[in-house]
Amino acid sequence: MPATKVHVTTTINGEPVEFLAEPRQSLLEVLRDVVQLTGSKEGCNDGNCGACTVNMDGRIVDSCLVLGVEAEGADIQTVEGIASADGLHPIQQAFLENAALQCGICTPGFLVSSKALLEKEPNPSEERIRMWLAGNLCRCTGYDKIVKAVMAAAKEMAS
Amino acid sequence: MTTTYEPNKVLSNEEFKVVGTRPIRPDGADKVTGRAQYGADYNPADLLYAKVLRSPHAHARIKSINVSKAESLKGVLAVVTGADTIAPKKGESADFGLGPQPMKYLRDNAIATDKVLYQGHAVAAVAAQDVHTAEEAVNLIEVEYEVLEPVLTAPEAMAKTAPILHPDLTTDEFGNSNVADHFQHKMGDIDKGFAEADVIVEREFDTATVHQGYIEPCNVTALWNDDDRIHVWLSTQGPFQYRDALALALDIPQSRVKVTPMEIGGGFGGKFPLYHELAAVLLSRKTRRPVKIVMTRAEVFGGTGPTSGSNVKVKMGATKDGRIVAAKTELRFEAGAYPGSPVGAAGMTSFAAYDIPNVIVDGYDVVVNKPKAGAYRAPGAPNAAFGIEQVIDELSKEIGVDPVEFRLQNCAKEGTRRADGPIHPKVGGIETLEALRDHDHYQSPLTPAKNGGKVGRGVAFGFWFNAGLQSTATISVNGDGTVNLVEGSPDIGGSRASISMQAAEVLGISADEVKPKVADTDSIGFSFGTGGSRTTFATGWAAYEAANDVKSQLIERAATIWGVDPNSVEMEEGVLRSKTDTELSMTFKELSAQLNDTGGPIIGRGSVNPAGVGGAFAANIVDTEIDPETGKVDILRFTMVQDAGKAIHPSYVEGQMQGASVQGIGWALNEEYYYSEKGTIDNSSFLDYRMPTSLDLPMIDTVIVEVANPGHPYGVRGVGEVSLITPQAGIANAITDAVGVRLESMPMKPSVVLDAINNQG
Ligand code: FES
Ligand code: FES
Repeated sequence: MPATKVHVTTTINGEPVEFLAEPRQSLLEVLRDVVQLTGSKEGCNDGNCGACTVNMDGRIVDSCLVLGVEAEGADIQTVEGIASADGLHPIQQAFLENAALQCGICTPGFLVSSKALLEKEPNPSEERIRMWLAGNLCRCTGYDKIVKAVMAAAKEMAS
Repeated sequence: MTTTYEPNKVLSNEEFKVVGTRPIRPDGADKVTGRAQYGADYNPADLLYAKVLRSPHAHARIKSINVSKAESLKGVLAVVTGADTIAPKKGESADFGLGPQPMKYLRDNAIATDKVLYQGHAVAAVAAQDVHTAEEAVNLIEVEYEVLEPVLTAPEAMAKTAPILHPDLTTDEFGNSNVADHFQHKMGDIDKGFAEADVIVEREFDTATVHQGYIEPCNVTALWNDDDRIHVWLSTQGPFQYRDALALALDIPQSRVKVTPMEIGGGFGGKFPLYHELAAVLLSRKTRRPVKIVMTRAEVFGGTGPTSGSNVKVKMGATKDGRIVAAKTELRFEAGAYPGSPVGAAGMTSFAAYDIPNVIVDGYDVVVNKPKAGAYRAPGAPNAAFGIEQVIDELSKEIGVDPVEFRLQNCAKEGTRRADGPIHPKVGGIETLEALRDHDHYQSPLTPAKNGGKVGRGVAFGFWFNAGLQSTATISVNGDGTVNLVEGSPDIGGSRASISMQAAEVLGISADEVKPKVADTDSIGFSFGTGGSRTTFATGWAAYEAANDVKSQLIERAATIWGVDPNSVEMEEGVLRSKTDTELSMTFKELSAQLNDTGGPIIGRGSVNPAGVGGAFAANIVDTEIDPETGKVDILRFTMVQDAGKAIHPSYVEGQMQGASVQGIGWALNEEYYYSEKGTIDNSSFLDYRMPTSLDLPMIDTVIVEVANPGHPYGVRGVGEVSLITPQAGIANAITDAVGVRLESMPMKPSVVLDAINNQG
């Protein structure tokens, strides 16, 4: 028997969103299948790849490890909320200019993580960036151009 | 001439206007905003979700399957098993990048009929209203197995007493056995060669099964429509191969299958074969609704095609003055459950980087109770190179010559014959090694230890032949002087950019004035899949042809408008002009606005099956630090040098080199399928199958060497694979340099390194 659904009220990318979630559905599932925000990706569904990273109340989390019902009252930002009506965010622009993506499946998670880092620490070292992004797997790039893109974005945002 | 090697150096051979520049990729905005639609993002109306039941046993006979409980679960719409598949006709085959394979095996691999041959082998599938109901339902399917003894490595499977996987698999040499194929390449006189050698090194190596590790799990959505046409949406490297294989598996004409390639989240060779797609189509046939299957990560490890574990024997001999005179290898590759490992390609590339007069290569394709091997970036070559490049390192040390000089002295060049037959055309092996030797990294002292361990440096060198094969493209001209480019090669790493740029170069417009589209199989001609490092080479060439077709039509149109002979009109850098009358000139943009009223729109077409494929060489330097207490190896500095022929978009060429380097580092140090004695995988998650993270690595420096391939209009060689061949051996050589022991098995995880150190003489 499908479980009874729970009504959840959240803010997603600055807008109020209400949805019905089964208690067994992860936040990632809810975002992708219920709210139709498919920018957050599923790479492992067990907290080991970071493709599903979202910002929840100012902290980055693997949305596959959060239940949809736990999002009650939360303020969530996904990759879809990074650009604005003025255009791409500097971190997005830096990823493009530095060719920091190949297949791009990891990109939403890296963008959400990197943006959170730069908001906390505007001028991180290479070591610090590597440490911060260690929860996001990329199999295509070898991380070199991703790390460089984050450094370039930091520079751009400081200017 | 001295070259300064600043990071990411390009040793450019020829400058163009667009080719060789670094524009932003055309699909970039979609990919940084989350708008790009990957396979799992596609949700058509009325969608059903399916789950696959997989074998818990590595080897078993299926005695019975009872699906009644699953069928009666509320929300379940259909169940399929092997009994729902159509028996393929004798002799039918399909090619997923490792050569043609019998359709029966491909079908049985997609859904088992009589036997399961590996843990993770698909047995049945259920379609339901939602994914969790489907999950519950597969657990209600009752399968009775007769469990059989598994066999897990090639040497064990070749033993006389080994359990037999396929009672119908026979060869003249071995009769009914687990050996699906044995080939030999031979050149010169091997005994004479070893007799001439002053130094001979002989070793045996083992490598574990590893996975491509693409981050996006395999996915498919299939619809058996009410007109009996089948539409499949998925992340695939080869939409046309899928179309043709599905048509064969279902015994229907190709034209009844349409494959739409969605954005693809990595493949590396692993997203060619038929996996759960057949089950999705059969479920849709029963329900007449779209059915979606997305694998879990554990299913990706257990139910897709990783690359072979292998056993490689190497014996090589050289003279005191540094000439390799004899080389012999025996390659025993695990094919997984069905024939068709990449041992063939390993055999083609084994000693192909060198000029050696006396060579014997023996290759064995051996079935074992593991997932059927798929392609993985230069399939087979890294396994062989892990052994061969270590033996070469050892020879150079015994003779007392620098390992790069030793390789230079024996390097293959234009005219060198490979043991498998072909003669190298113009190649860039020597230039690659020279760039490596001259690089700041090789000229600098060893990187100091970070944690007080022992530091060593290694190099390795490799060759990959690259693929050509069929590609098509069409280009239509828009009224504003831009063009739309339609092609059939899924874009995994920026190939829309590198293909568009070749068309832009011909037409004298900028890269962003070409709008590329990867089309479905109804909308473009046959194009072999994205693999074999062929896409920028072959599909780029098709785009070049299509652009030239457009260009000649533009010249004709301008001539018509001007009322002159087309032979008197030329088009250069986007401007059409009369060769004789300086008054007659207009830009491509001006002409494009007039096309509709002066004879109609213009479209160009390109179709190629190029012969002039250019093989590629790569070489790397790596500094490692070994903790003698734990055996842990850290990468301190890494440089990859590769001959690209011509780098169309250097950033994405560097990206290929860096990505392959890091896959090689993971393969070398951590990655492996960890099997229990029963043949079950004990580490099918990213937590336990440990791929490199950003924290494990330094920057990966690159040097792009450009020795133009005369077989391509811009000199392109394939760039996607060759850089995976060398890192493993390079790291092994660096470990030897640091602690003085040879590593004969991969991965070189801490326990292996520690054992080697402790057992040292
Ligand atoms: S999908 Fe959430 S961490 Fe991988
Ligand atoms: S770009 Fe493919 S996984 Fe990161």
